[in-house]
Amino acid sequence: MVTKKRTQSKTSRGRTGTSSALVARNSQDEALHLSTGGVSGRRNYRPPHVPPVEAVGLEERAASLAKRSIKKASKVEGLKMAISMMDLTTLEGKDTPGKVVALCRKALRPHEKLDVPSCAAVCVYPNLVPIAKRALAGSTVKIASVATAFPSGQSPLKVKLEDVRRAVEFGADEIDMVIDRGAFLRGDYGKVFDEIAATKEACGAAHLKVILETGELGTYDAIRLASAIAIEAGGDFIKTSTGKVQPAATLPVTLLMLEVIRDYVDAGWRMIGMKPAGGVRNAKQALQYLCLVNETMGDDWMNPDMFRFGASALLNDVLMQLEAQQTGRYAGEDYFSKD
Amino acid sequence: MASKELATTTAVQGTMNKPPKAGWLYAPSIEGADHFRLKPRYELFISGKWVEPHSGKHFATVNPATETVIAEVAEGDAADVDAAVKAAREAYEKVWSKMRAAERGKYIFRIARRIQERARELAVVESLDGGKPIKESRDVDVPLAAAHFFHYAGWADKLEYAMAGRRARPLGVAGQVIPWNFPLLMAAWKLAPALACGNTVVLKPAETTPLTALILAEILQECELPEGVVNIVTGAGATGAAIVGHPGIDKIAFTGSTAVGKRIQREIAGTSKRLTLELGGKAANIVFADAAIDQAVEGIINGIYFNQGHVCCAGSRLLVEESVHDVLVRKLTRRIETLRVGDPLDKNTDVGAINSKMQLNKIQELVAAGVSEGCQLHQSHAKLPDRGYFFAPTFFTGVSQSHRIAQEEIFGPVLSVITFRTPDEAVEKANNTEYGLSAGIWTDKAAKVFWMAKRLRAGVVWANTFNKFDPTSPFGGFKESGFGREGGRAGLLPYLADAGSFAAPEAE
Repeated sequence: MVTKKRTQSKTSRGRTGTSSALVARNSQDEALHLSTGGVSGRRNYRPPHVPPVEAVGLEERAASLAKRSIKKASKVEGLKMAISMMDLTTLEGKDTPGKVVALCRKALRPHEKLDVPSCAAVCVYPNLVPIAKRALAGSTVKIASVATAFPSGQSPLKVKLEDVRRAVEFGADEIDMVIDRGAFLRGDYGKVFDEIAATKEACGAAHLKVILETGELGTYDAIRLASAIAIEAGGDFIKTSTGKVQPAATLPVTLLMLEVIRDYVDAGWRMIGMKPAGGVRNAKQALQYLCLVNETMGDDWMNPDMFRFGASALLNDVLMQLEAQQTGRYAGEDYFSKD
Repeated sequence: MASKELATTTAVQGTMNKPPKAGWLYAPSIEGADHFRLKPRYELFISGKWVEPHSGKHFATVNPATETVIAEVAEGDAADVDAAVKAAREAYEKVWSKMRAAERGKYIFRIARRIQERARELAVVESLDGGKPIKESRDVDVPLAAAHFFHYAGWADKLEYAMAGRRARPLGVAGQVIPWNFPLLMAAWKLAPALACGNTVVLKPAETTPLTALILAEILQECELPEGVVNIVTGAGATGAAIVGHPGIDKIAFTGSTAVGKRIQREIAGTSKRLTLELGGKAANIVFADAAIDQAVEGIINGIYFNQGHVCCAGSRLLVEESVHDVLVRKLTRRIETLRVGDPLDKNTDVGAINSKMQLNKIQELVAAGVSEGCQLHQSHAKLPDRGYFFAPTFFTGVSQSHRIAQEEIFGPVLSVITFRTPDEAVEKANNTEYGLSAGIWTDKAAKVFWMAKRLRAGVVWANTFNKFDPTSPFGGFKESGFGREGGRAGLLPYLADAGSFAAPEAE
């Protein structure tokens, strides 16, 4: 089928303009061919049926959950839980071993005086995975690596899978992949599905988070569909964003993705985790997200195996709030290490 | 997404079919009540002053969450009502009808601002006196009350635009009797348009919730509203009857039960008194298979558990397309478990106290009827406080139109779930009631929204939402839900001469 296409295109390109006028050209097919080197998603893939999303209602529900007033013991408990769910992240072109080692140290022991848990993981680019692995050897902190031509995903599948395999070889426990948003938005859901499934296979024992880049998808309905495809293709976690695009994670988007997971689990699927990334900057927001998970999914999702925060600046704000709960006073920035 | 068969799947790898376990518990976050002080006893508010009742009698108002007395208020009798009506008449003739319309508007605007300034106190008192969660009194009742005064302040000097081609004249003295479910808000809905149109008022708040109306009286004093323009006479049914029957009243506005509304209408027949009634409802909240189902669940929950279901326009009948009945019921079962029932002053409380022992008994009686008539009871496992009048969020499945719980207004946190097959059947069942106040339509298909809305006999139709109010939006019912509208331009007409929707305009 693919070969036939190539022949057709070659022939039509070989001739002069007259043939292009005669041949009924399907522009989507051509775009597909040119952009993927002839590799397209399975032709018979039928995307999952997803119920519609009512945007105003979704946002209202998220806002009402964000109004929960979390105080005293429940605030301390929530903040500590938030720390244990954090994937402390650095994804910059200028990352160096020095930077990553400092981050790992922070993830392992966020504060010298406060009794707080370690973070769930650190999240880095593949080249920095070996450094992180050595720094975190023997600890409970996992190493998550982004892969699949993060953040754009605009590379051939072969390259993206090689990216994944390298990261796993280097020692990543978790892979955060990106979906091909270009394929999604032009309707090639088969390609989106296939790439996730292939990535899951390349992960081996590592667990797979699928980044939808919700800020690029346009509507809640699209996010719902992308979430469903990611779950059906084998993702262990669905994740909102790369953090490189605004808007990143929001409460309504997170609520929506949790509702998708809930529907799948109701239908007999295994438990899938969820990770909002980017845009969770302070402790108050972190607690709002926890209320969302608590009241939408219940206690079984209130742990790092099922819910993560992708964050960097968040940790210090949470520590500051915890210190204030304990001492009754807010300490300044200088009392919390910047790594 | 999940079909009917999947609903009966037993082994599920997650724990989604059970109510969520109590893991992370929220500590109480109680709104402080120490930033103001209630008087131990309130008198009547007549002619701008606090006046002792003619009988010298007072009665207690109770906090339904704790069953303790909060304050005492005066029991107004026929003599007090007479004094109030006389004060209103004098104020109308000497001051209010002579005042420039723009000046009238300024007083109403000032009242709106002062309500905002005392918002916190009003919200806390509303929750203490009536039982509704502080979250609601703070975020819905008080802001909407201020909004009504703001909106009608603007109409005061623009009445000629309300009645194109005719001179706008007030009626005179309005007698207003309001219910206990939204005490301050109902006072705002009544006072604001009446004053904007140039009428003066005698108002009776409900006997179980008089306090915010009395604080409003303090606000009227602070705003230096001319004496007698608004008079507040507290009391029970007899006091209300005295107002309705008083010959010096030109117009009656009543919000309350259909039974009392009918009595009032019989009472004033043969007089020239104008009347508007806003009575009960048994609204249909209609969910189609192509609805955004998770948001529909929120709309259903809001529709019946907001304000403990003490809402005339509550979505008390869920009409669900049969093909999604099981999915929806499963989601509802799970959702009601996350509703927090308890101390109205806790900021995290979703469902507060039932307003009175009497109302609680009525709810219990009707729920018992539902069970005895064979419907299946589903109730949240929320732990109710030991004291106070509380009722757990409840819904019944297996309900049909012929059950009592599908016909009678329960006025509590109890939903009846009824199925339908086609849009025609949904319309038929939705309209198959003596009430006609409101309805909700849940579908993703816009064409279906319009098709349904045209056919539903309800004064207020919500599409993909519920319980949304705005001072610009006329609110009122068809059939035994009453007549007349509150809100917007239509809300002015009941307070203007020659503008009654139900009276032919007089010749000039």
